[in-house]
Amino acid sequence: MPNMSLNKNPMPAQAPEVRNKNFKEVTLGYTEETAIDEAKRCLNCKNKPCVTGCPVSIHIPDFIAQVAEGNFEEAYKIITQSSSLPAVCGRVCPQESQCESKCVRGIKGEPVGIGRLERFVADWHNAHSTTKPEKPESNGKKVAVIGSGPSGLACAGDLAKKGYEVTIFEALHLAGGVLVYGIPEFRLPKSIVQKEIDNLTALGVDIQTNMVIGKTVSIDELQKEYGFEAIFIGSGAGLPMFMNIPGENYKGVFSANEFLTRINLMKAYLDDSQTPIKHAKKVAVVGGGNVAMDAARCAKRLGAEVYIVYRRGMEELPARKEEVEHAEEEGIIFKTLNNPVEIYGDENGNVCGMKCVKMELGEPDASGRRRPKAIEGSEFDLDVDCVIMSLGTSPNPLIKSTTEGLETQKWGGIIADENGLTSRVGVYAGGDAVTGAATVILAMGAGKTAAKAIDEYLANK
Amino acid sequence: MYKILKKKCLNPTVTLMEVQAPAVAKKAEPGQFIILRVDEKGERIPLTVADYDRENGTITIIFQIVGAGTEQLNHLNEGEYIHDFVGPLGRATHTDGLKKVAVVGGGVGCAIAYPVAKKLHNLGCEVHAIIGFRNKDLVILEDEFKQASTKCFLMTDDGSYGTKGLVTNCLEELIKSGEQYDEVITIGPLIMMKFVSQLTKQYNIKTIASMNPIMIDGTGMCGGCRLTVGGETKFACVDGPEFDAHLIDFDEAMARGSMYKEFERKKHEETCNLYKQEVK
Repeated sequence: MPNMSLNKNPMPAQAPEVRNKNFKEVTLGYTEETAIDEAKRCLNCKNKPCVTGCPVSIHIPDFIAQVAEGNFEEAYKIITQSSSLPAVCGRVCPQESQCESKCVRGIKGEPVGIGRLERFVADWHNAHSTTKPEKPESNGKKVAVIGSGPSGLACAGDLAKKGYEVTIFEALHLAGGVLVYGIPEFRLPKSIVQKEIDNLTALGVDIQTNMVIGKTVSIDELQKEYGFEAIFIGSGAGLPMFMNIPGENYKGVFSANEFLTRINLMKAYLDDSQTPIKHAKKVAVVGGGNVAMDAARCAKRLGAEVYIVYRRGMEELPARKEEVEHAEEEGIIFKTLNNPVEIYGDENGNVCGMKCVKMELGEPDASGRRRPKAIEGSEFDLDVDCVIMSLGTSPNPLIKSTTEGLETQKWGGIIADENGLTSRVGVYAGGDAVTGAATVILAMGAGKTAAKAIDEYLANK
Repeated sequence: MYKILKKKCLNPTVTLMEVQAPAVAKKAEPGQFIILRVDEKGERIPLTVADYDRENGTITIIFQIVGAGTEQLNHLNEGEYIHDFVGPLGRATHTDGLKKVAVVGGGVGCAIAYPVAKKLHNLGCEVHAIIGFRNKDLVILEDEFKQASTKCFLMTDDGSYGTKGLVTNCLEELIKSGEQYDEVITIGPLIMMKFVSQLTKQYNIKTIASMNPIMIDGTGMCGGCRLTVGGETKFACVDGPEFDAHLIDFDEAMARGSMYKEFERKKHEETCNLYKQEVK
């Protein structure tokens, strides 16, 4: 008999006034009992609408049925048929606009907590599994993967399982890409990312950090001198955008990338870190995406009063609903329908305020969202000593500019077909490097698709 | 891990190290930089390549001890290892078509000016090296510069060695005496480069300055190294580190460079205290 409760089992979490002072994970995860109870809310629909909402088509009702029976390891096996990073995606996927948005239970009441169950299953596996993946017999073919973010990890994992000799090249000193430099510890503990990377190493994947492809080694050299028969580019979209308003180079104005990298990758929030971070009194985070929420919540944890300054309204915030709710609970102040026009600096060049203009929403634009317009004469000053620009990122041009014949879009994205094949023979690409900034699961899916295409290409070569 | 093959103190606060990094050495050119981390908790320190040996696969770095990271680096010895070492980053110095160049270095910036002078000299360019230091004790690379230049002028602020005066005094005299340079390349403290730039602007001589702002990744990701050049925002790590000096907003760069001064001082002091305790 299914559990007909209209509501999801609530996710246990640290209390807002406690967690906004530490960097430990906010949500604590279901217990076995709660997971089974939540799994029983699934009606196991015949036409499985949830699966159509999943970018990588996880067999959702099947894994949930196993959870309901208490067969957690079976459930894990079902998820990993389609996903390489369940512990990560269970935490950071926008389920409310994907699988859960299609759930029949959501028509009347809340949908099944699919994301929470995915996370539970992955965490259960990580806590209970004693077997490490084993290195399969090598087929002698070498594949290079550039970048160790979600797409690169997924691509490397699938190819390694098939016996390819995979080497991942990472520009930073630590593997994980945006999972380590971008997403904060309190949303995605780094031990979880490390576990995924350890699994890849156990599969025989060689991870070479401190290798900037396009600088240290070029794509051509990887093919000709290093003997890689296929290459996957998963270099992400890491180039930060600024507003080009006056005062943007005063001390105390950061890109969200810089602010988050100092905190997440360099651990600047810890006392023993050698990397400094500004401990501001009042911070304005400009933008309304997930990255803006992450930056705002980090700034809060460093002790600041934090404003989100966004030019559209609350309804239009592109961030996940859960992130917005968590941010609000933690005391982040939303100043929506406002847009910065100038940043003020004092005589030493430190930020000492920001001039904003009030906005109203007009007709829908090309993206379907209502276009924000400035209200004339509505300028006002916001008292802040730090501004974090979180306006989005674009693909890094380092590879494009050093690889002849690799075609890109005008805005920098690498052009690839539905299998990830680029304009260069044997060179594939996927994730944000192709699509521009998107989600972890889309990047992971692209990595898996490219792995399949690379396998077919090399099998027939 | 990257092995330190050679270590040499050039003056009390400046050290030279030759580091085994074959992949970096294969590609490095004058003007480019590397980023290193001393250990797994270390900060990312950008340092300009002071020399490279493609055959032996080594990169030479020269650094001034200013913070915790460089203090720790200085405590490593020959045979020990640096945890991370990535590069070459940034763009190389343009040397094409130059016939006569003044290379103006100041303090530890001379370490970066040296490979540029050497490359130009090897290409058959007439090189006037003008190198300046606060006093005799701080002089570095004197012999190297003499070998890598047609003429070498050594200046000290207090006159304790070479000629008393600033590099700008020497450069102005040379220009006034009729020397005609295709380009002036200046590397050193921001304030020195600012004045070199002001001087050459008067004489309309193209001038290149090598910038060394605060940065993290060195690949264009953080934007911490941004500068205003000709009214536009540029990232030193990928667009530079060398720019047309006449277009650089040096005052802004100086302000931005002081962002973490207090933190650096404190961390350096803590690190020094730790080493002192170890000695006891």
